[in-house]
Amino acid sequence: MRHVISALVQNQSGVLAHVAGMFAARGFNIDSLVVGRTEDPNLSRMTIVVVGDDRVLEQVRKQLAKLVPVVKVRDFADIAYVERDLMLIRVTVGPQHRPEVVELVNLFRGTVVDVAMDSVVVMLAGPEDKLEAFVDLVRPYGIAEMARTGVIAMSRGQQKNAAAKEDS
Amino acid sequence: MGKTTKTPGKHKASTGKCTGMSGADVLHQMLLDEGVEILFGFPGGTVLPIFDVLYRSPIKFILTRHEQGACHMADGYARSTGRVGVVIATSGPGATNLVTALATANMDSVPLVALTGQVRSTLIGNDAFQEADVTGITRPITKHNFLVKRVEDIGRTVKEAFYIARTGRPGPVVVDIAVDSTVARLQGEPDLTPNLPGYKPTTTGNLRQIKSAASAINAAQRPVLYVGGGVVISGASAELRKLAEKGSIPVATTLLALGTLDERSPLALQMLGMHGSAAANYAVQDCDCLVAVGARFDDRVTGNLAEFAPRAKIIHIDIDPSSISKNVVVDIPVVGDAKDILARMLEHIKSNDRSDWLGKIAQWKKRHPFKYETDGKIKPQEVVARLGALTDHNAIIATGVGQHQMWTAQFYGWRRPRQIITSGGLGTMGFGCPAAIGAQFGNPGATVIDIDGDGSFCMTMVEVITAARYQQPVKFVVLDNEYLGMVRQWQEMFYGRRYSAVSHPCPEFAKIAEGYGACGMKITERSELDDAIRAMLKQPGPVVLHVAVEPEENVYPMVATGKALHEMDLGKLA
Repeated sequence: MRHVISALVQNQSGVLAHVAGMFAARGFNIDSLVVGRTEDPNLSRMTIVVVGDDRVLEQVRKQLAKLVPVVKVRDFADIAYVERDLMLIRVTVGPQHRPEVVELVNLFRGTVVDVAMDSVVVMLAGPEDKLEAFVDLVRPYGIAEMARTGVIAMSRGQQKNAAAKEDS
Repeated sequence: MGKTTKTPGKHKASTGKCTGMSGADVLHQMLLDEGVEILFGFPGGTVLPIFDVLYRSPIKFILTRHEQGACHMADGYARSTGRVGVVIATSGPGATNLVTALATANMDSVPLVALTGQVRSTLIGNDAFQEADVTGITRPITKHNFLVKRVEDIGRTVKEAFYIARTGRPGPVVVDIAVDSTVARLQGEPDLTPNLPGYKPTTTGNLRQIKSAASAINAAQRPVLYVGGGVVISGASAELRKLAEKGSIPVATTLLALGTLDERSPLALQMLGMHGSAAANYAVQDCDCLVAVGARFDDRVTGNLAEFAPRAKIIHIDIDPSSISKNVVVDIPVVGDAKDILARMLEHIKSNDRSDWLGKIAQWKKRHPFKYETDGKIKPQEVVARLGALTDHNAIIATGVGQHQMWTAQFYGWRRPRQIITSGGLGTMGFGCPAAIGAQFGNPGATVIDIDGDGSFCMTMVEVITAARYQQPVKFVVLDNEYLGMVRQWQEMFYGRRYSAVSHPCPEFAKIAEGYGACGMKITERSELDDAIRAMLKQPGPVVLHVAVEPEENVYPMVATGKALHEMDLGKLA
């Protein structure tokens, strides 16, 4: 099962190597790992997407929490949360088919951020499966390049409604 | 979750006025504040400012012949005393020479602080002379590490390092210090308040879990305690004994926990696992409730995991949450310090004589004791047994790694915790000689013996020079079978006796000892054994006793890789 794990870590040099090294040494597979600033300048947040069964994930959480610079670990598996991944994708499309691609971009609430004679660069944010769906739809036109940030996540405000579904 | 340990509060260095002190002075002051009485190490370019302060320090400095030896000495000192061992090495090769010893301490949860010099902060990353990425190299083999580049950070970081090393599940901590920060002088008072928001080890066990564990034990017909090094570290052997006696629960110990229960107790099953006693292994496989305390279900203990303790409800008491359900799914976990948990659990344990279960155990012990034959050449086992008898089972014993280590575990006759100093988790050959010297420094007046193999001893025997120079009366007993014995045993049993790269002809250790400034002795006959041991023990200084033993003796019982504990090969014990 895919788990999104959020770790609050001390903002100091070596922390990323510490966390990434632990994952490698213990054989845990990382789908994506994002590090960024938080509201507290002393702390950074790592959002890590890991695939594994319950026992593997229990170890992932515990081994993360054991690292001295890791302040707090949260697994979003059992709580309502929102996740976003940001993608830049260069689609090889000339003037003839460009309107079709732009229509897809609009349907996905994306933005065309660069246009050239033979390509467009599209920016799209959303949960991973939405991005995957878009990629599948533009693949026939040709994908020259793609860059993604990886997932960041946050719990929803109303925890009582645990069944709250992810919006698109 | 239970309560967590308090982090030390805001405080300034004890001297009050650090202003104007050099970084090296601050470091030295922090060592004094921590109560450090002895340092092991080796000097070099980037630690010159620190050694300049040590020139006039009340702290004893032990110059070893190799940094690895220094770190194993700090380890032996720490294991035998319970205090934090401290080692100093220079940058680059000095620090990389610590790596094996740091990994050894990490696997066995030994509290160490390693202070390493680093090149000037402005040169870091430039491939400077004697530069190595020491925090990068040691990160996976330490509990934590730090790189210090500013004089203002030295005090706080050293304080944090000691705190992390000795609390929770202890372990080695490296503080890598750029040389310019030790030369620079403090402009004001440093802030020594620890900044460790992510480090809060749980020490007090959850009462509901403790009660639930106690009722599972009370309900069990055939419980077994499986005790590991955590009980030694926690100082919980008295609590363990009370619990075992009240509930009539037999106790199997890991290699690192030998002596937590006096082996003369009828409840003592001795060591379990790959070369454990038949009684311990049968008891674990037959038990209906396994109570693991400060142990981590290592593969050398469990054998085939799928068939380990198949009928048992498993209770696991450990201070490290990540140890729980790592290898074996645990029914009742209790996170916290073993001493606290066992003491509180005792009230909830019902007295129970469990005579059927103890009767069965007594039979196993009687039928399959550890044993050896006494024909032909001197048997390595009998050297260990005679050492036990002639030291009244009261010596501190260090070992290397291999067959001799297992025979030492099986035959010495352990009476108390912190008596065995051995590399369990990492299995580091060469550990014994320096670790024994470190243990002697921590226990002046005690009889300290390194029972070593010829393979292990050769790796670090240069430190006999250190023992001689500082007049540490360590006795080194080298069981020489002219083989790398454990590897040879595996080749005999599993590789059709194709002895590949295990023949290990040895030099005259007694002559080397004399050359090193120690006393050297060699024996080859059984008739000489007791006299030689007595003569060795009488010597006021260090002695190397070279004993030529039966070359192809094997360690039994043996649980082959992939087999369950009850499928052990009893060999000659059958």
